[in-house]
Amino acid sequence: MSTEGSYNYTVVRQFAIMTVVWGVVGMLVGVVIAAQLLWPELNFDVPWLSYGRLRPLHTNAVIFAFGGCALFATSYYVVQRTCHARLFGDRLAAFTFWGWQAVIVLAAVTLPLGYTSGKEYAELEWPIDILITLVWVAYAVVFFGTLFKRRIAHIYVANWFFGAFIITVAVLHIVNSAAIPVSLWKSYSAYSGAQDAMVQWWYGHNAVGFFLTAGFLGMMYYFIPKQAERPVYSYRLSVVHFWALIFTYMWAGPHHLHYTALPDWAQSLGMLFSLILLAPSWGGMINGIMTLSGAWHKLRTDPILKFLVVSLSFYGMSTFEGPMMSIKTVNALSHYTDWTIGHVHSGALGWVGLVSIGCIYHLVPRLFGRTEMHSVRLINTHFWIATIGIVLYIAAMWIAGVMQGLMWRGVSADGTLTYTFVESVKATYPFYAIRLLGGVLYLAGMLVMLYNVWKTVAGTKPVDAPIPAPAHA
Amino acid sequence: MDINLLRSLVTVAALAAFLGIVWWAYAPSRKDRFERDARMPLNEDGDRP
Repeated sequence: MSTEGSYNYTVVRQFAIMTVVWGVVGMLVGVVIAAQLLWPELNFDVPWLSYGRLRPLHTNAVIFAFGGCALFATSYYVVQRTCHARLFGDRLAAFTFWGWQAVIVLAAVTLPLGYTSGKEYAELEWPIDILITLVWVAYAVVFFGTLFKRRIAHIYVANWFFGAFIITVAVLHIVNSAAIPVSLWKSYSAYSGAQDAMVQWWYGHNAVGFFLTAGFLGMMYYFIPKQAERPVYSYRLSVVHFWALIFTYMWAGPHHLHYTALPDWAQSLGMLFSLILLAPSWGGMINGIMTLSGAWHKLRTDPILKFLVVSLSFYGMSTFEGPMMSIKTVNALSHYTDWTIGHVHSGALGWVGLVSIGCIYHLVPRLFGRTEMHSVRLINTHFWIATIGIVLYIAAMWIAGVMQGLMWRGVSADGTLTYTFVESVKATYPFYAIRLLGGVLYLAGMLVMLYNVWKTVAGTKPVDAPIPAPAHA
Repeated sequence: MDINLLRSLVTVAALAAFLGIVWWAYAPSRKDRFERDARMPLNEDGDRP
């Protein structure tokens, strides 16, 4: 087979392009629902466009379509290049691409129609859950099959993170999606009451920890050294970082259920492990940022490096904020307010979004036989629009969230509540406008990226890089 | 055996395993190999046309 001498870039190209496309779609839906909070008439009295149906569409599109495609693209690229081996199973890899796109399209159809299991970040109904399982098993076979046939003795640290992400997401998905179907598009959870809530947030928090963190840390450990042309600051720290994250992340989920029917000891345990998590999170962030020591000047001229390094600053911010919010007394103020939304978007737009965008800018020219993107200036433009958008978004939500929390707990001297709920909604109104502006800017950045990628790719011939000869290893 | 004793033992074993990993990663005898491993993605060329 002639293809055995080169890497399988076909599937990487497909996922890389779809990352940009789904990024635009998912963020557009986000902008629409942000506008609906400001102008509720924007649902046009059409059930399919109501906030309650579009919100899960937004979260699924940005997490699983945009983030998922970025993870597939980068993990397939990194595992091949650091193993000096072509991807295991070309057809199976193609199945993961088309299967994953089918899941996304099914989600985009069923969620607006109102089919949902009601579990946050796991809303898709059981037939789609089964397809996800099949695609994920194929993904694991392709990824670990490639590791198995590697021609380099050591498994580079990025692959450890990608591998942990794949295994953990498989376990989370199967356990949390266990359900009893009653019809083709309706099922009920296999668990009940507080146990159902605990399973859901064990899943929910580890979806953050493994889908939205471990895989993206894998990106960090490959693409930051490549873009900075320096080895990672401390490889030994990366080993400890990996295992510390693995040993602690699993137990932090109960912090989503403070002051609920969940047993008190489980809440305290969740809080304790969330606080411990600060150590591996910051260890990893410092390892990524310090990779640039001695090469800081590159940040001035290389906008891709700006994306990657600033993403780590947001990672550091949100992984400091997270443990703080998990403290019960802080959570008593922050829970159910827009502070949570601000926290999530500091991680999602700042960390996951920026690191993915940086990696795609690194990848696209290499996958299409170009030395660099069509316009480096436009990458810089994208960087600044996106960063200003994030700052507006999260600052607005922080202020709104703390304000809501204080208003809700305000008690007058006679023992009655100082504010009605609707007064807090009214006070939040201007901040929803600022949040919408931030979201529009972030989406505008993605459109700049779409244009830049289009101009880079148009008229080129896809290039599959050759695998180095064994002596090289 | 009492299930809670088993749970405690697993927790202690996990902590010991983690400390073992820290010792393994930072042992001076493995300094050179980790520095070599860190350079691995940079040694490959041919990722640009």
